[in-house]
Amino acid sequence: MGGYNFRPTERFDGSTIWDWLTTVDHKKIGILYVGSGLIFFLIGGVEALLIRLQLIVPDSGFVTPETYNQLMTMHGTTMIFLVAMPLLIGIMNYAMPLQIGARDVAFPFLNSLGFWLFFVGGLLLNLSWFFGGAPDAGWSSYTSLALNDYSPGPGVDYYVLGLQISGIGSLIGGINFIVTIVNMRAPGMTYLRMPLFTWTTFVTSALLLFAIPPLTVALLLLMLDRLFGTGFFSVALGGEVVIWEHLFWIFGHPEVYLVVLPVFGVFSDVISAFSKKTLFGYLSMVFATVLIGFIAFMVWVHHMFTDGLGAMANTIFGIATMAIAVPTGIKIFNWLFTMWGGKIRFTTAMLFSVAFIPTFVMGGVTGVMLAVVPADWQFHDSYFVVAHFHYVLLGATVLGLFSALYYWWPKMTGKLLNETWGKWHFWLFLFGFHLTFLPQHFLGLYGMPRRVYTYESSPMVDNINMISTIGSLGMTLGTIFFLYNIVVTQKRGQRAGADPWDGRTLEWTIPSPTPEYNFAQLPLVESYDPLWEAKMNGDGKVPAAEPLGSIHMPSSSYLPLFISIGMFVAGYALILHSYFVAVIGMIVVFAVMGVRSFEVDHGYHLEAEELTGSSNLSGKGVHGR
Amino acid sequence: MKLSKQDMDPSIRLETATLEGKNKILGFWLFLAAETVLFSCLFGTYLALRTHANGGPTTQELFQLPLVAIATFILLTSSLTSVLGIVAMHKHDVNRCFNWLFVTVLFGLSFLGLEIYEFAHYIHEGLTMSTSAFGSSFYTLVGTHGSHVLFGSIWISFILIQLKSRGLNTDTAPKVYVASLYWHFVDVVWVFIFTLVYLLGTLE
Ligand code: HEM
Ligand SMILES: [Cu+2]
Repeated sequence: MGGYNFRPTERFDGSTIWDWLTTVDHKKIGILYVGSGLIFFLIGGVEALLIRLQLIVPDSGFVTPETYNQLMTMHGTTMIFLVAMPLLIGIMNYAMPLQIGARDVAFPFLNSLGFWLFFVGGLLLNLSWFFGGAPDAGWSSYTSLALNDYSPGPGVDYYVLGLQISGIGSLIGGINFIVTIVNMRAPGMTYLRMPLFTWTTFVTSALLLFAIPPLTVALLLLMLDRLFGTGFFSVALGGEVVIWEHLFWIFGHPEVYLVVLPVFGVFSDVISAFSKKTLFGYLSMVFATVLIGFIAFMVWVHHMFTDGLGAMANTIFGIATMAIAVPTGIKIFNWLFTMWGGKIRFTTAMLFSVAFIPTFVMGGVTGVMLAVVPADWQFHDSYFVVAHFHYVLLGATVLGLFSALYYWWPKMTGKLLNETWGKWHFWLFLFGFHLTFLPQHFLGLYGMPRRVYTYESSPMVDNINMISTIGSLGMTLGTIFFLYNIVVTQKRGQRAGADPWDGRTLEWTIPSPTPEYNFAQLPLVESYDPLWEAKMNGDGKVPAAEPLGSIHMPSSSYLPLFISIGMFVAGYALILHSYFVAVIGMIVVFAVMGVRSFEVDHGYHLEAEELTGSSNLSGKGVHGR
Repeated sequence: MKLSKQDMDPSIRLETATLEGKNKILGFWLFLAAETVLFSCLFGTYLALRTHANGGPTTQELFQLPLVAIATFILLTSSLTSVLGIVAMHKHDVNRCFNWLFVTVLFGLSFLGLEIYEFAHYIHEGLTMSTSAFGSSFYTLVGTHGSHVLFGSIWISFILIQLKSRGLNTDTAPKVYVASLYWHFVDVVWVFIFTLVYLLGTLE
């Protein structure tokens, strides 16, 4: 009869939007993470550009000091929490299960919940621009600055609650990845046959597991201080501001390895694929990854050298910090040896990986310089530090992310990104990056402090700032090429085929884009680099571990979205100090969790006849062989 | 719900019979690891601030061991009853499992009752969240533990309802198992609270 359908779910069901809102497919969730991460990258990038435009000339009045503080805080917070982490988690979500030959992740439902929590947390944080003012106490929100006395208004509340909500999402992601890797590897995929990206995902997840809770506690205490008048950091009530610093950096230092370890994995996979060689020193790479993950928790005090914790503490933490250069050095040499004598193909993905090496070495060297305690007293809070951490965070993480995107994009979308545009993107971005941040080392040595909205005119400082800002325009241009590339290739890009790069690992044995069940038959893994092995010593097909049969799939669910909306309402209500609404929000959260607990949903089965294409064909890619 | 052969055979561990069950249990252990870090941070904060009474009531003035000892006794007994519940589950004895878990929830709720009484008493004595840094850290640490007890009691009650309506199977058994892990964890945290907060606060 047509007309209005009064059963809402029937109307939603099958619509594309509803499908994406309720998906529990790790690949779609991965794409959601990547998509939202890229949007936040644009926001954070615009913030960075505005900061640099303000600093292009001395005594500039382009933005007010208040706005500058907000831009600077939101830029740092956005880049770390809403760009680097989610983009990486997104790529892990997409690629890691494929690399270990799994049909799914361990907790599809929780995976979706993790994404939506991250998303509403990020949304909440960015709403601050429109409702009440963005946080302005720096991405590290040091107390006392972040307490009500010095940061009145809701800015820091947005920071506290937005990050708290998205932090829960990250924790869920970490648990999910670990269980997936431990319990769901394909037959024969032993730990020491796992690709390096999977290994780094594993260690990164462990870091998430142990690093997020200190952040949770820090944010909780700050929230209590700001909203409920407790005295953790309030000196008047006997509080200690150093507690914030400890908790924040016990989280904050591992955090930087959290965003850098996965891209180490990316480089390992990409460099080996495009050098047509097995990764050099696989075992030492795995060992170095684990070691870095371990040391990451021992060095947080290097952010607090000027706090007066004593010479002993400073010395110990300074030396521990330098120790991390050893495993990192091992990795660098292994990458170089992998390329040595290989048949190198300079695709865009490879270019980003190769360019990362010298960039990261520089960031590492300045890192060791900062670990020298007396020197840090000098560099502390100067532009030298800004230059250092951008070499590491941008030079490693963002270059690595671009490399990963170019590498796995065809698997995710079925379309290859255009290489010509890609190379424009690469060169503009790389050049712009060094032009922006290399001179900032000297700004620091000339004594320009960080986190100040302007500076007095003096010849060298003026010139360097000008150069630095021009560099950031170069990066902006590069990013525009990237976006253009995405948009254009989505419409009329080249089809990728299963194995466009002549790959080595399992994800290149299945069609692109990947069917929802990943592998029609689970592969049987008999060596490291199984696909390559099959190409060299067999017919190019990885053998199947099982006959073609029915596959169990989890059903979609709208509950994660609802839980996240409940969290969002609760968070926002707390910011507005309307505690009644906050309680309602939390009741919604727990009620939906209760509903979930009672739900009996065993998913559904895909029968053998419905499976399209065999999963173990390493079909010839566009590059041929 | 119809029981499958597997659900009846007591030689099969229902909670680890399926991959979902195994995943759930491993995932939950990891979650508990994260919780351990969370509580460690709260303990660290408390230990740093416990003497910062800021002129308000101190630990020596407030804490009374007998009350806390009763609470401790109740909570530790509830760990025992939850173990008995798991033992019954391994024998595929739904009713017994249900009963022991029911007792566990009752113990949990009585513990909470005592804690609320205790907090009300302290507030009456002049210690609130915003009296001093000590008060803030005390209520936050002990209160976080208390909210875990509350959450656990509600959660186990939900599982009890499911045990009644669906019986023991590969879907409910991992839930029971995981909930009992949670309950033990909450009890272990209390042991640390008892020592580091109450004993340290009264005896030194
Ligand atoms: C896209 C190019 C980028 C430019 C032009 C840029 C520029 C800047 C500038 C000018 C500041 C302010 C420095 C200060 O006043 O202390 C800053 C701070 C910061 N940036 Fe970036 N940045 C970029 C990308 C990134 C990325 C990719 C990350 C992390 C993954 C990042 C993380 C940070 C952090 C953590 C801060 C510190 C914020 C604070 O002091 O609270 N930036 N950036
Ligand atoms: Cu650090």
